[in-house]
Amino acid sequence: MMTTNLDRRSILRGAVAGGAVAGLSGLLPAWAQTGSAGLRADLPTLTGPNVDLTVGHSPFTVGGRTGHAITINGVLPAPLIRLREGQNVRLSVANGLDEDTSIHWHGLLVPFQMDGVPGVSFPGIKARETFVYEFPIRQSGTFWYHSHSNLQEAMGHYGPIVIDPAGTDPIAYDREHVLVLSDWSFMHPHEILDKLKKSPGYFNRSRTTLSGLISGEDGMSLEERRMWGQMRMDPRDIADVNGSTYTYLINGHGPQENWTGLFRPGERVRLRIINASAMSIFNVRIPGLAMTVVNADGENVRPVEIDEFQISVAETYDVVVRPMNDRAYTLVAESVDRSGMARATLAPRPDMTAEVPPLREVPTLTMRDMGMGGMAGMDHSAMGHGGMDHSGMGHGGPAAAPVDHAAMGHGGMDHDMRNPDNAPAGMAVGVGVDMISSDPANRLGERPMGLEDVPHRVLVYTDLVSLAPNKDQRPPSRALEIHLTGNMERFMWGFDGRKFSEIVEPIRFERNERVRVTLVNDTMMAHPIHLHGHFFELVTGGPAGHQPLKHTVNVAPGSKVTFDLTADAPGDWAFHCHMLMHMHAGMFNVVTVRPMDGAAS
Amino acid sequence: MPAQPSTADPHAGHDMPTTAPSQSDPHAGHDMSTMSPSQADPHAGHDMSTMNMGPPDVPTSADDEGRPRQPPLPPAALSGPAHAADAIWGADQMSGARDVLRRENGDVRATAVIVDRLEVGFDDGEEGWAWDVAGWTGGDINRFWWKSEGEGDFDGEAEGEVQALYSRAISPFWDVQAGVRQDFRENGEDPTHLVLGLQGLAPYWWEVDAAAFLSTEGDLTARVEAEYDQRVTQRLILQPRVEVEASASDVPELGLGSGFTHVEAGVRLRYEIAKEFAPYVGVEWSRELGDTADFTRAAGGEPEHTRFVIGLKAWF
Repeated sequence: MMTTNLDRRSILRGAVAGGAVAGLSGLLPAWAQTGSAGLRADLPTLTGPNVDLTVGHSPFTVGGRTGHAITINGVLPAPLIRLREGQNVRLSVANGLDEDTSIHWHGLLVPFQMDGVPGVSFPGIKARETFVYEFPIRQSGTFWYHSHSNLQEAMGHYGPIVIDPAGTDPIAYDREHVLVLSDWSFMHPHEILDKLKKSPGYFNRSRTTLSGLISGEDGMSLEERRMWGQMRMDPRDIADVNGSTYTYLINGHGPQENWTGLFRPGERVRLRIINASAMSIFNVRIPGLAMTVVNADGENVRPVEIDEFQISVAETYDVVVRPMNDRAYTLVAESVDRSGMARATLAPRPDMTAEVPPLREVPTLTMRDMGMGGMAGMDHSAMGHGGMDHSGMGHGGPAAAPVDHAAMGHGGMDHDMRNPDNAPAGMAVGVGVDMISSDPANRLGERPMGLEDVPHRVLVYTDLVSLAPNKDQRPPSRALEIHLTGNMERFMWGFDGRKFSEIVEPIRFERNERVRVTLVNDTMMAHPIHLHGHFFELVTGGPAGHQPLKHTVNVAPGSKVTFDLTADAPGDWAFHCHMLMHMHAGMFNVVTVRPMDGAAS
Repeated sequence: MPAQPSTADPHAGHDMPTTAPSQSDPHAGHDMSTMSPSQADPHAGHDMSTMNMGPPDVPTSADDEGRPRQPPLPPAALSGPAHAADAIWGADQMSGARDVLRRENGDVRATAVIVDRLEVGFDDGEEGWAWDVAGWTGGDINRFWWKSEGEGDFDGEAEGEVQALYSRAISPFWDVQAGVRQDFRENGEDPTHLVLGLQGLAPYWWEVDAAAFLSTEGDLTARVEAEYDQRVTQRLILQPRVEVEASASDVPELGLGSGFTHVEAGVRLRYEIAKEFAPYVGVEWSRELGDTADFTRAAGGEPEHTRFVIGLKAWF
């Protein structure tokens, strides 16, 4: 069944007349309206073999203020597209803008020419033109779609995709809700980028101060402060753009609008959580409710029960919760730098609320975030606040003695912080590289930033175990190292020291080649790295043959992440940081998989 | 320690191999793992089936210093068309889109105007005003900079300078700048200079602007300015600032003696109403040195001043 625009609008009007929050709901699909009973077949979801989407301008209101959004079919987030594994889909995208647009189907395995990246997969969709995407649906799970043109994604051009499995869903649930997390600013994204170019700390309102030093609130000693200053690095540079300009949204609702999803006590509720933010990593929890993670990036994982998880930009997590009591629960998605939160409520009835916990303490970067983590081990409880664990600095074994950092601060530091010998020969160590990790740690088993010391269970990447066995269990035939590089002071970002605009060599794979790729983060910021057209297997050290599949992985500051990739999709694919401003500033490249036809030799 | 996540593992009870994936790697000879997971695992010997022993530590260049080369590509990876999409959409269409893609992924241009100091000064009943403004336009590496600074009184007299510079980033924190400087002086001496400078961020967050000036008369002078932002709170910022000038020779027509000619030290306390807009109050001490001070005294001036200033720092 295909729902036309007209039908959908009339259904929306019906929903408004039916008592949903007037004024707001006009710009929200029904599943995203507050008081939603969840995803049901009778809700106006775009489904069937033909889907029509129109990109255009719309006003968007949040917190009593109205701004300019770029939307699909006039709603923010864009309509839910619900498909079934095994079907074919034709998606007609009409561009009602005066500029080019595009839609990338994030996480969907499609022929490269349907992947929606202008200049890589296709020429883009010109103003006032319509482009028809057509491809078979080969997978199931929670995905999303968004513009890959200019910075339109930061202005509302994103929406969820749910694909039902062809057979029985191994995940048992009684009700489901989609939660699209995002960050909305009334400042145009180009202006945001312009501010960052002129003043990289522009949005940071939590920098270290003299009063914070004296009162101890900064949690840093004078010596540590001196060392950070010596390096010209900001230990509070957690998020480039944050709550000082962003209103964090859940399904298009700000914290005050309080999107509410309904449940009946005792039901198993599947929450499909998508981080469609431009620049925001969230820590998600529901105080009073344990969450069982069942799916990550659209791929089923062995169930793991936790109390909080971090979701980086472009990741998706499905969790199942089972609220037993007749009470409301607050879902908190706190920005990683604690400058704000998105908030929603799960409740048996509309208009019920639960306590909203206050924002927690701002995290402070440590030596591990500067790539001096090494083998310091799993005990990071000491790392949270000013823990200066330098064991491993000497590139030696786990037993390396702690290094006197006072001695390092003088002279040696500059060299160690940016020693080209710590990078492969092909890396350009120039203006765009302000640091090279001297001893990057694999932090997949560590709690994410800011959650080191919280007194409850936190998801770590090594908890993820693919439910299905990995399809390709050949050992990798080649190792590849890619450095994530940047210059915070100039807001330059790139791979291996180069911005994409510098006309870089693509990252080349042979078709069906199996490669062990290690990403080394030479910056003090997290980078959610996304590879189009493929799922890679995170090398977590978990059960053999069940490495978790991801389309996007968050590479913690100063750390390294290893994944195994079977390059089985011929064509050209985008590979980039999903922090939109980092991508726009250069952290982007093209991955080629050749030959185009015929099996690899 | 916080509780560990419990894993509801369908394979609980099975035996899990304690070898990390990397150990079955064909690069085993390359020492792909300097730490076998079992060594780091305090639970070695327990049933591992529900527990992850931590990710293998796959070595990188940092473990193999000296800029190691990456393994070569399989030849087939280099086969086929340079751009896969050309065969489907046409090279013409794709080439334009690729240009846009390149621009939109790294080629960010910006233009800034920086009013570092725009202030009124009070010195024993004498009032004056001063400006120090600059701006730039360009990308990350190459920029055009202009700078102007000077001072005047409220009788309409003013003197100062304007610089036009090509600026090139040479390291993460430093730009080299070259161009011309035109002075405007009350006494009609309006020398033009060639400028060679270094501007950037020194350790401990000191913003430094150092330049040498060669005038059309052949006189060589130099100036170094440095300022630092000490945040007292998120909005209240104390900014110490020093400036030192020197001359290679005596230049009587400009009132300069050889050696250090001028030193200035000030401190300004500003309040950022917005990050772009911050009024301030401050005090600045300045002194002319050596023969330069004598030239000033001979002209009936004071070589040393202490001024109270009120001003505005802004940028856009």
